[in-house]
Parts: sequence; structure tokens; C-alpha cells
Amino acid sequence: MESLSLFHEINAKPDEYAAKWKTETGGKVIGNFCSYTPEELITASGALPFRILGTGADISKADAYLQSYSCSLVRGALEDALAGRLDFLDGTVFPHTCDSIQRLSDIWRMNTGFPFHADLVMPVKLDTESAGEYMVSVIRKFRKDLEKGLGIEITDDMLKDAIVTSNRVRKNLSRLYAVRKQNPELINSSDLHTIFRAAMLMDRKQLADSLEPIAASLESKTATAATKKKRVVLSGGLCSMPDVYKVIEASGGAIVWDDFCTGSRYFEGFIDENGDLEKNIAEKYMERVACPAKHSGIFSRGEYLVEKIRENNADGVIFVFLKFCDPHSFDYPYMKEMIEKEGIPSMLFEIEDKSSSEGQLKTRCEAFMEML
Amino acid sequence: MTSPENKTDVKPDTKKDPDKEKRKIKSDKKMREIMTAYYIEAKTPKEQTGKKIAWITSGGPVEPLQVMDVIPIYPENYGAMIGASKMGVELCEKSEEMGYSSDLCSYARADIASSTVNGGPIGGLPEPDMLICCNNICGTVLKWYEVQARYYNVPLFILDTPICHTEFNSDMKRYVVTQIQEYISFLEKICGKPFDYDRMNEVGALSIRGQALWQEILDTTMNRPAPMTCFDAFFHLAMIVTLRGTQTAVDYYESLLAEMKERIAEGIGMLPHEKYRLVWDNLPIWYRLRWLSNKFTDRSACLVADTYTSGWCSSMKYLDENDFLGSMAEMYTRIFLNSGTDIMADNIIKMVEKYEADGVVFHSNRSCKPYSLGQYDMQKLIQKKVGIPTLMIEADMVDERMFSESQVETRIDAFIEMLK
Ligand code: SF4
Ligand code: SF4
Repeated sequence: MESLSLFHEINAKPDEYAAKWKTETGGKVIGNFCSYTPEELITASGALPFRILGTGADISKADAYLQSYSCSLVRGALEDALAGRLDFLDGTVFPHTCDSIQRLSDIWRMNTGFPFHADLVMPVKLDTESAGEYMVSVIRKFRKDLEKGLGIEITDDMLKDAIVTSNRVRKNLSRLYAVRKQNPELINSSDLHTIFRAAMLMDRKQLADSLEPIAASLESKTATAATKKKRVVLSGGLCSMPDVYKVIEASGGAIVWDDFCTGSRYFEGFIDENGDLEKNIAEKYMERVACPAKHSGIFSRGEYLVEKIRENNADGVIFVFLKFCDPHSFDYPYMKEMIEKEGIPSMLFEIEDKSSSEGQLKTRCEAFMEML
Repeated sequence: MTSPENKTDVKPDTKKDPDKEKRKIKSDKKMREIMTAYYIEAKTPKEQTGKKIAWITSGGPVEPLQVMDVIPIYPENYGAMIGASKMGVELCEKSEEMGYSSDLCSYARADIASSTVNGGPIGGLPEPDMLICCNNICGTVLKWYEVQARYYNVPLFILDTPICHTEFNSDMKRYVVTQIQEYISFLEKICGKPFDYDRMNEVGALSIRGQALWQEILDTTMNRPAPMTCFDAFFHLAMIVTLRGTQTAVDYYESLLAEMKERIAEGIGMLPHEKYRLVWDNLPIWYRLRWLSNKFTDRSACLVADTYTSGWCSSMKYLDENDFLGSMAEMYTRIFLNSGTDIMADNIIKMVEKYEADGVVFHSNRSCKPYSLGQYDMQKLIQKKVGIPTLMIEADMVDERMFSESQVETRIDAFIEMLK
């Protein structure tokens, strides 16, 4: 698809894109780690929110700061920072999620030397009133930290503008998911993932504008005959990962949904554009489907997965997450059990690093598709 | 944390060595008796005790449970007992069969598995009526307690204590203070009786007294020779964790402190020769306590202090003696493990100065990411600020499969050489 070339380009060289954006606009680039980063505030400040996913380069420098039992995202990101591959950043934002990210924030603050550093110590519980109030205070504080750190004032108008843009982005990304669900042949998941990866570091206005025609053109295509491929839902987290989508599609699977922070967790939920904007932002992050490092009831993630399986007529689930990822590893057994009760088979793939896992994944996927 | 089982790897001497006898801490026996009685009561059928049982995380606010006459049970303490009695591998393997990754915290793995098979040295923990999870130590406990809440189908209360990377601000304070009130309402509902605020004052006072005594006991090692080592502290810690806020703990620690003072007066040190003084960081390696203790003793190196056992009195400074309930939010949020790596490094540096240590031993514990990640930076900071040698031991607190005796021994030897 012609119109996707922009995304492929950006995805191939995200650092070049960000550096170029910086020279052209004179704006600041703010790195961030998680789908809980309230990007809207960064966009409102005039800066570019840049999701750090790790380039997957070999680890040499980070070994002096991190033990081998931290996940490849944490190690890879630090490696990139220490090796100068993130030199275009003016600062970094760490929403509090897992224990490894918590410590990475400290190590990052002490060793990388970017001018701006913000810890967003959000509540871990998302299901109580007091946690909701605390979340609002975290958002308000982040706005002040940004203003102070970047030396600008974020007016309500600027914030509203950023929220409108981010809602447009979310809307269009969800349209792409809807197309794929209807007809996985129309857009392959590898392309869709490329769009997502690029989306998390692109100028958000440019992004919203570019997504619009893609979504419209896909929607206008008439559905071909229903796919013969096996319909698969992905669950887990893949920040820095090989292109699992390609591998799964090549072995006869069609991905119809995912529960990933680089997928559905990124676009689900809209922010009310009127009223107390900080409160609206907080509400969105409280209500959005939870990541496993957060708590919103003891069955919430399992129930969400079952719902998505039903909604998307899935034949199977592939759990994919990084080795050493505690939150996902703890959730896996019960989620697997819940979907088994629904008669849905699953497979687990733990990824250690990019290079070592592609071959293995291919073999396992082929066997799994066979079974489905 | 520590346990009565903790010294099971101490082989009884066939011939009693009078010098060793002299150095033994007499209070050990009493400690064992108290902890045994505690577990016997906990395992007595609930119809007989009439008490409810709460499972609680090691850094959790236990005092309100004491007020409500609820028996607090610490799965982490049980994890330590499992580790010390070398039953960890079996249970960890069981949890892996259940689908849990071998990279998860081995306390969590051992406990989750033990629940399903009544495993471990006392045949499993008594079933909980409620779960109290405070995430001031890690994010692991949140996930672990979610697992147990599903397994036992009992209410789960989460005390969410925001991590203080660089600050503890008023928003955080308000949030935790509100949750303390929610905690009390939660207990009132489950126990079906009102919270007794007068009793809270008494329990609070006992808790403060216990913590202060514990700190005093740990401080006796400022003396040369040190009357005890951190291996002894690992053992005697169980009381401040599990029985914090009780008269029992206060009485016991008073007698232990008296014994330490006596030892100092008589010039009895734990080591026959104390040449080097060291600080330990991170959890103990439960299944090799004796072995490690001997390794250091043989090299005349005395582990005079550690960051772990002092964790239960590290944030006492934030407590208001006259308003325990009002100040406990801050005290529980600002424990050293819930703060930034640089604050944790400062904590070690202060210990080095206070106890006049010659080196620091880090246990890089693959089970415990919040405690271990950042240790390389701490090493660098210590070298920079106080210029003393440090040692990094790679291990795991419960899972023996992660321990290489020969590698650790070689590293200890090389480290001792650096101290010379
Ligand atoms: S992959 Fe898991 S361990 Fe790694 S940063 Fe994400 S949540 Fe944390
Ligand atoms: S991860 Fe660390 S702090 Fe948390 S339960 Fe395990 S050992 Fe304790």
C-alpha cells in the first residue's frame, strides 16, 4: 500500500525522524516508556512524545548498570541511551509500572544526563475513588513539571488542542483495527504494527492527518471472501520485539486483536474534550484496560481477553512477552486457564531478545496453527 | 525475613567447644519458642481461637490487625523458612509446572506452590480470611496477592504506597492517609466490629518501642568486637516483622538487648577474631546462611550490619509518637526500599560510617528486582564517596539452583584480599 511508505520509513529510522523533526520545528523531544504516559500534555507543551522501544542493538554498555535478569526493553533502552542513540532527547518520562522500570528510572536519572526527567508516580490501583483523585493530582503535577522543565506555559487551549488531536489519532487507529477484524486480508498485521510503532513517535497532527485517508480508503474496499486463516488474538506486551506479526502471518495465522501496549492499549478510550481537562485525562487512564502492572480487580485482564476472543471470533491465543517480565508472567497462568475454559487453545512465547527468537517462534507458530 | 527453622543447617557439634559455647547467643532458644507458639496458634482451628487470619506483606501495616485481634501471617516469612529448610527448589519447580516463570520472585513462587500442596516446613500456612498487600516493597507482591485472592477467594486490600524516587509529596501523603482510613473500614467490615482507637494508641506505642529496641540491638555491633553479626540479625528479625506492635516482641527484644550489652561488657564478640567489618546488602541467602557465615568468620570478616534487617526501623523517623495512626502513612511509604537508588546508596554509606565498615557485600538477588537493580550504581557511589571495596554475589534467596558455591567462594577470597 503506497500510503504506508511514510510509516515504514519512520519505523526504519525513528531516531532520524525525531532529529529531523527537532531541527525543522525547533521543538523538544521527550522520550517516554509506557502507554500510561499522558502524551496529550507533552504534545500540548509543543514537544514531541517519543516512545522508547529499544533498537535491539547488542548490549555492551548497559551491562555495567543492569543485571542480566532485567528484560530486554529495559536493558536495550539504557544501551541506546548510553551509546548515544537517543541523543536527540531533551528529557524522559517514566510512568511508574513494573519494578524494573522503577529502577531504570533511577539509573537513567543518575547516568544518562538528559536535561529533563519526570517520574509519574501514578496509582497502582485503578479501581478506587481515592486512587482516582490521586491520579488527577499526578496529572496536574506532571503539567507543572513539564512547564517548569521545558520553560513554557501550557494553556487550557493548548491542552484542548492536543486532546482533540490525540482523540483523532485514537479514533483512526481503532478504525484500522475494525477493518482488520472484519477482513484481515485488507491490512496485514505487520503493516498495522509498523503504523503503531511509528505513531508513537510521530508528530501527532501529522499522524492524525495521515491516518485519516488510510482508514477511509480501507473502509471503502469491499470485503473479499472470509479469510481461511486461523484467527488469533495476541496477549502480552511487546515493546522491543522482533516482527512477530510477520512470523504469525507467514505460518497461516491472521491476527484479529491484541492486548498490547503497542496496540489496543494505546488507542482504547477517549478523552472528554470539555470541562476539567486534567481530570478527563486522568479518567481515561483510570478506565482504560489495565496493564498487568496495575490493578483493577483480580480478573479484569482475563475477562477482557475472553471478551475479545468472543467479539473477534478467535480460534486461538498467542501469549507473547519478554523474558524477565514479572507482571505478564504472573498473569499468564490464570489467563490461560480462563480461556481454556472457553475451549480456546493457546501458546506462550517468551522473547529473550530479537535475534535469538525469530527462528524458534516460526517453528512454534507453525505447529500451533497446525493444531488449530 | 527469618524463621525458627532458620538455623536448621546448623549441625549440632558432636563435641562442645567451650569457646563456641561462650559465643552463642542465649536468647536464641526463647526466640524459637515464641515463634513456634505463634505458628501453633495460627494453625489452631479458627473455631478454637476465634480469630481471623490475614496474610500480609512484610512491609505492610500490621498494627491495625493487632488492634482487631487478627492473626497476621507473613508468606514472605514462610518463604524464608522454606529457603532455610532447603525446600525451595521443590516448591519452585512445582510453581513452574503450574505455569509460573522461573524468573519470578522465589518467595512468591514457593508460596503459590505451597498453597496447593500444603508444602514447606510446617505443612502449609493457615488459610487466610483476607489478604493485605502493601506495595512499598515491590510490584511483585501485588501480582502475587492477586494470585492468592483468586485461589482462596477472599477479599484483598491493597495499600498503594507511591514510590518516592526523589520525593514524598503532599499528594502522595493525602492518598496514603486516605487509604489508611479505607484499610480500617475494610477491617471493620470483615471483622464485624468497630475499630478500637484507644487500643490503636497502645499498639502504636508498642510498635514504636519494638522498632526502637530493634534499632538499639542492631546498633550494639558498633562495638568492637561486635556481639552479633547480621546472620544473627536475620534470625532475630522475625519478631519485629511478625509480632510488631505486641508486648511479646517488646519483652523479647528487651532481654535480647540486655544480653548484647552483657556481651559487650564481657568483651564477647561473635567472631573469635574480628579483623574486617562488613555491611551486607539485600535479602539473606537462606539456604546457605551457615556456609556463608563460616566463610566470612574463617577469614576474620564480621558482617556488622545490613540493609535488610534495618529495613524494619529505617523509617521510624517519620513516626509521630503521639499520633501513630496519623503518621503511619508516611512511615510505611518512606521505607528505604520504596525510595530512589541514590537514597538507598546513601543509606548504605551512612551504615558504613556508623559501623566503621571496611567493605560492602552486595547480594545481587535475581528474585528481587527492586532491591537488586541499581546495585551497580550503589557500588560506584560507595567507591566514589567512601572509597572502600565492594563485593557482588550473584544468587537467589530461596532458589538454590541459582547458587554456585565455587564461584561465590572465589569471589569472597578475592574480596578479602582487597581488604588487606
Ligand atoms: S516488558 Fe515487563 S518487565 Fe519489561 S519493562 Fe515492560 S512490564 Fe517491565
Ligand atoms: S520481589 Fe523482593 S521485595 Fe518483593 S516479595 Fe520478592 S523478595 Fe520481597
